[in-house]
Order: sequence, then C-alpha cells, then structure tokens
Amino acid sequence: MKFTEEHEWLRVEDDVVVVGISEHAAEQLGDVVFVELPEEGTEVTKDEEVVVIESVKAASDILAPVDGEIVEVNEALVNNPALVNEDAQGDAWFFKMKVADMADLDEFMDEAAYKDFIA
Amino acid sequence: MAELNRTGLYDLHVELGAKMVPFAGYDMPVQYPLGVMKEHLHCRAAAGLFDVSHMGQVILRPKSSDLADAALALETLVPVSVLGLKEGRQRYAFFTNDEGGILDDLMVANRGEHLFLVVNAACKAADIAHLKKHLSDTCDITEITDRALLALQGPQAEAVLADLAPGVAEMRFMDVAVLSSDFGDLWVSRSGYTGEDGFEISVANANAERFARALLVHDAVEPIGLGARDSLRLEAGLCLYGNDIDTATSPVEAALTWGIQKVRRTGGERAGGFPGAERILDELDNGTRRLRVGLRPEGRAPMRAGTQLFASEDAAQAIGEVTSGAFGPSIEGPMSMGYVTSEHAATGTTIYGEVRGKRLPATIAALPFRPSTYKR
Repeated sequence: MKFTEEHEWLRVEDDVVVVGISEHAAEQLGDVVFVELPEEGTEVTKDEEVVVIESVKAASDILAPVDGEIVEVNEALVNNPALVNEDAQGDAWFFKMKVADMADLDEFMDEAAYKDFIA
Repeated sequence: MAELNRTGLYDLHVELGAKMVPFAGYDMPVQYPLGVMKEHLHCRAAAGLFDVSHMGQVILRPKSSDLADAALALETLVPVSVLGLKEGRQRYAFFTNDEGGILDDLMVANRGEHLFLVVNAACKAADIAHLKKHLSDTCDITEITDRALLALQGPQAEAVLADLAPGVAEMRFMDVAVLSSDFGDLWVSRSGYTGEDGFEISVANANAERFARALLVHDAVEPIGLGARDSLRLEAGLCLYGNDIDTATSPVEAALTWGIQKVRRTGGERAGGFPGAERILDELDNGTRRLRVGLRPEGRAPMRAGTQLFASEDAAQAIGEVTSGAFGPSIEGPMSMGYVTSEHAATGTTIYGEVRGKRLPATIAALPFRPSTYKR
C-alpha cells in the first residue's frame, strides 16, 4: 500500500489502483456524514477533485492521485458514510482507477514513510 | 493573538482527552474522544455535561430594593416582559439596538431580590457595558466571575443531578432555584440549549471541578464538546448568536416573536419603550420581507452556513442564505436554518440551495427539527 501527502492510500489490484483515505485522515475528519462519488468512466487528471466528503465538522475532497480513468466506485459509502470512520484502509475504498502510467505511483510513500510523515 | 482565557474546568477537559479550540476568547473543548456524533446521540439517550463557564453571568440589583424597578429598567433594553416574570422563573430575552437588530440573546431569571442574566461569551463585555451605560441610575450591575456554569442535559439529567441536589426533581422547565449541596450553593435553572430536559448549574469556581467529577462518575454522563452542542441546538431549532441572529436581523425576521409578550406589543400596557421599537412593532403588525426558517435538504449533503438559496433551479436572484447547517445525528439527515423572502417561507415549500455549483432541492421545515422534551 502506498500513501500520498494528501493522506490517500493506493493499492494496486491487477491492472487497477484502489484509492481510499488513511485512518489518520479519517480520524482528523471526524464522523463522515456524506460522500459524493464520481461517475464510472470519468477521465481524471492528477490533483482534480473527484470525491466530496462531508464530516460533522466540514467539507473536504479527495484529489485524483494520478492521471487515469475511474472504473469503479464504492456505492456502499453513499448509503453508509460512517464506514469511512470504521474501516478507512479496508472496506471504505472510494474508487478504482485505471492508471495511465503505473510508474507515476513510484513517487508515493510506503507505510513506514507515511507514518513518519504524519508523526 | 491575544492569550486565550481558560474556564475553571480547563485541566479536567485536557485530562478527559478533549480537543481544545479557541471560541469567543476561550480555550474550549470542541470534542472529547467519543467524537461529535456519539456525544450528540449520548446526550439525547442519557445525559451530557457541558462546560458553559465562558458565558457571562450578571446580577442586576435594584438600588431601591424593589425588584420591579430593576425589571422596568431592563425592559427599556429588551422587548420582553420582565415585570411579568414571577419569582423563581426564567425567560428568554434579547437586547435590541435602535435599528431593531439583535445585540445579543440571553436568559433572565427573577431571583426575588435581583435579576440574574446569562449572556453569550462573545457579547458579554459589550452587554455589561450596555447595561452599565443605560441602567446604572437604577441598578447595580455585577458580573459574576467566581462561578463556573455547567449544563447537564438529557433524559437522565434529573436522576443524576437529584443525587447531589434532591430539590431539582420538583423544578419545571424554566424554574430557577438556589439549592444547597456538598458543592456549596448551586444556582440551578431547569433549562438548556439542546432541546432536552436538563439543567444549567452555576457553582463556585472552587467547587466546580469536584462537582463536574461527581456528575461524570455516573455511567449516564459523558462530557460533551462544542461540536455536539452545535448540532444539538440546531436540531432543537435554537439560534446561535452571530450566525442565525445578529445586529442585522430583527427578532421578527428571526421568528422570535414568541419571546415578545403581548404586554410589550402595540396595544399592550407597556407597549414599546425598547430600542428599535418602531421597527419591531411595525413588523409584528405588518410582517417582514424575510424570515428565519428551517430547511431539510433532500439527500445527505449538508447545506452549510453561507449556502445561497434560490426559488428554482435556474433563478438568477437568490431568495436567501443559510446561516447554520449541519448533519443532524438524531434526525439522521442534513438540516439547515436560514433566511428566505417571506413569500417562500411557508412550511413545505421546495427551494434550492447551491452546493458546489449545483442547485440541490430542500424543503422548508417547521422548527424544531426534533421535538423538544422539556419538562413543563
């Protein structure tokens, strides 16, 4: 699992990348009450806003970590946004994307580096 | 930045693991480890303890020793019947300005020999200056700085507090009493700002932490931060000064007309005689251009403060704005409060809020969003 400085995690699954937010980010957000997901098939570019998250505190968003195409979204989060707080790095993935260039992932941190980053 | 004030319970908040934030010049707990959502639900299910010591406690004592003189003096600053307030009772009031706007909202209690006022933290210095400027001829005005103020709210509040001060069980909503206890005299009112039955308790600073710990010992009681306090008051349809009401809103626009007793209205025995009376009395008779309303957005996306409101999906001109908006944990959905032009203010009207560039439908809803459970 890789981590971005925007507190997203990325997990490579065959030829797609699964994206979620870190447990640390979920904790900082507080109780999540609303999630708006992109449409499957959307072409996105790095740093484009793709997901809106509203917690009891405020609205925030998830940016596309790399260029690519959204191929699947986790509809379970729409009906149960609290899943983000319960299992941020597991069941609460947000979307899967087909990445234009897998080498783009090399720049991201591994778990140890991310732990140092948030320490 | 100026140094933040601390309440007498600061060390306890830190010990309990609170996340502290600046609020109205004080370092206050916004949430405890339980988190905003669970704190909110716990308060509605059992009991929540709030530190509201940042609020101003003020005693208004008539120089003549006749309480009616203090009541009549205060009536020159609020469109509320203070003279009609019986001993041992409290009521909601608001200071108005000459333009009919609201300077602050407050609670006024008749404690026999004096009036006891509780005002908002952010406004307390200005409120006290205002009282001193206008009422010093007839009243001694004293800010109480050696007492903490706690709120215990929720269905278990009575049972918990009765353990420490049995007299509370006999009190009704908006009663006030001084009860002796192991923590010295407690100045208790059966009121609060959550829509729940509950109490606000003024206790000497020296005993405040011991008192708070004695309440927290009960399994039913959890400490509640400002985050849940905000969602609780919003579900209860209650205004937050500075958001939902301010100097630019009149009490009639703010739908607080229930707080203006008949005796202060046109035709009443003590009609007018408060700042902004001309505008406020006119609005009571003839209505206002805009009104504060509740809003239930469709779907789950909250419409937060500042969201522009429109009559239709494509209307160019906004009809109003959201002043408070959040997710309501007990009503399990988003809720907002705001102002709309009066022709769109009827309950059931569908309007649109612009959220992230999209017009989303919302329905004008009656307030409170969740029925209150006061013990009347």
